[in-house]
Amino acid sequence: MISEINPRARRDPFGKKINRDHSALLVHGLPLVTILLGSLVPVLPLIAAGPVMPPLGYMMFLAWRLVRPGVLPLWIGLPLGAFDDLFSGQPFGSAIMLWSLTMLVLEGIEARFPWRGFWQDWISASALLAGYLGLSALFAGPGVDITRVPLVLPQLLLSILLFPIFARMVAVFDRLRLLRVKVLR
Amino acid sequence: MARPAHRRRGHSKKAQYSVFTGFVVAALGALAGAALLGISLWKPETFAGLREEATDVVAPAGEAGAAGRSGGLGLVDSIAGYFRAGAQNARLRAEAHAAHVQLAEADALREENRQLKALLGLKQSDAPPVAFALLVGSTSASTRRIAYLSAGRDQGVGPGMPVTSPRGLIGRVLEAGDSSARVLLITDGASMVPVRRANDEVVAFAQGRSDGTLRIRLINLGINPLKPGDVFVTSGAGGIYRPGTAVAVVSRVMRDGAIARVLANPAAAVEVAVEPVWVPGASQGESGAGTGKPSGADK
Repeated sequence: MISEINPRARRDPFGKKINRDHSALLVHGLPLVTILLGSLVPVLPLIAAGPVMPPLGYMMFLAWRLVRPGVLPLWIGLPLGAFDDLFSGQPFGSAIMLWSLTMLVLEGIEARFPWRGFWQDWISASALLAGYLGLSALFAGPGVDITRVPLVLPQLLLSILLFPIFARMVAVFDRLRLLRVKVLR
Repeated sequence: MARPAHRRRGHSKKAQYSVFTGFVVAALGALAGAALLGISLWKPETFAGLREEATDVVAPAGEAGAAGRSGGLGLVDSIAGYFRAGAQNARLRAEAHAAHVQLAEADALREENRQLKALLGLKQSDAPPVAFALLVGSTSASTRRIAYLSAGRDQGVGPGMPVTSPRGLIGRVLEAGDSSARVLLITDGASMVPVRRANDEVVAFAQGRSDGTLRIRLINLGINPLKPGDVFVTSGAGGIYRPGTAVAVVSRVMRDGAIARVLANPAAAVEVAVEPVWVPGASQGESGAGTGKPSGADK
């Protein structure tokens, strides 16, 4: 006698396994869209007296790179950084340079310490955030001025504390990204 | 967590080349970024066109948000109003009574002022604002203090025009796109406003410190006459900013100046006015300087 098939047997967390596939648009588009939306935060109706908001675009970018290495190609710092520069208020080129360098530095860290974990990811993200915010403040213009760097300390603390939450958010987005939504015929 | 499999270099020449190309392009990206950054620092206006286009595209979304912000404020206030109606009514009645008296006094003062100005041969030069607009957002993650404005060239807004709220000076237009503009707030490190103390002729520069306060630098060094609570207004020296607009109030006195709080908090100002560039002596037919560099020696 054949018992009834368990309805969950042909499913996994990403949906049905038969006759369904991942959507290329979601797989490649979702990381980019979430990072671009993070870069658009200066257009939000929030006017701050000082640099208080964490750099959401950069944190999203960092979280995607650390949580899902391989989703972002090595050269992605160039286009994403250029977009961030259009809205961040920094002189054009600062994010292009710093985001590209971030990709290279993370590649180096990954080659040196291949077995990663929560603490290592958080420490490398904190170090990169400190470098990014410090150098951004240094190059913010007018001119290069070291006295601006201490201004970003509260922002840096907030960014470091928020980073694990961003990593969890990216994990949720990643599950969304791999949903099998395309119907195969 | 193991290292991701996809970047393991196998024996495939093709895979090795593609990894190598990725590194080359990323390094080139970093170099290109450094070069662009150098150009931007050397000539900050180089990429203005690009930014204007981009801001024009996304500003409408921010505008909707900004309108919601003012609406939200009104909603909370209107609900809270029901709970305080009685006490508020009595207080407002008393205030209105006092205001009538002060209005009459102000009328008298205005008349006296007009007569004195006529005596001096000064012309009333309060040009009407170019445009009224919403402050959409600001660069809240960067140490630069730049805000986005919901009006641009189509509304007559141009670079250099001062932006004010009813409570005082906000900043000046840095770059203007077709329907949006970027405003350099007075708290930005690159902003320098010639000011004077409201009740006398102590002249100074108010320079932004990027953290919501201003550094008041006195022009005449010597004994520091400033006290906490002194209000500074624009002096109009050198042009751009019309004299008499409120700027900041001193909060901490230093040896050669003071740290001042901005009076018109851009976070609280939703609707702002864009004023025409003020040219000193224009009403008398002289040619004004109109540059951002105030001489500071005309007082």
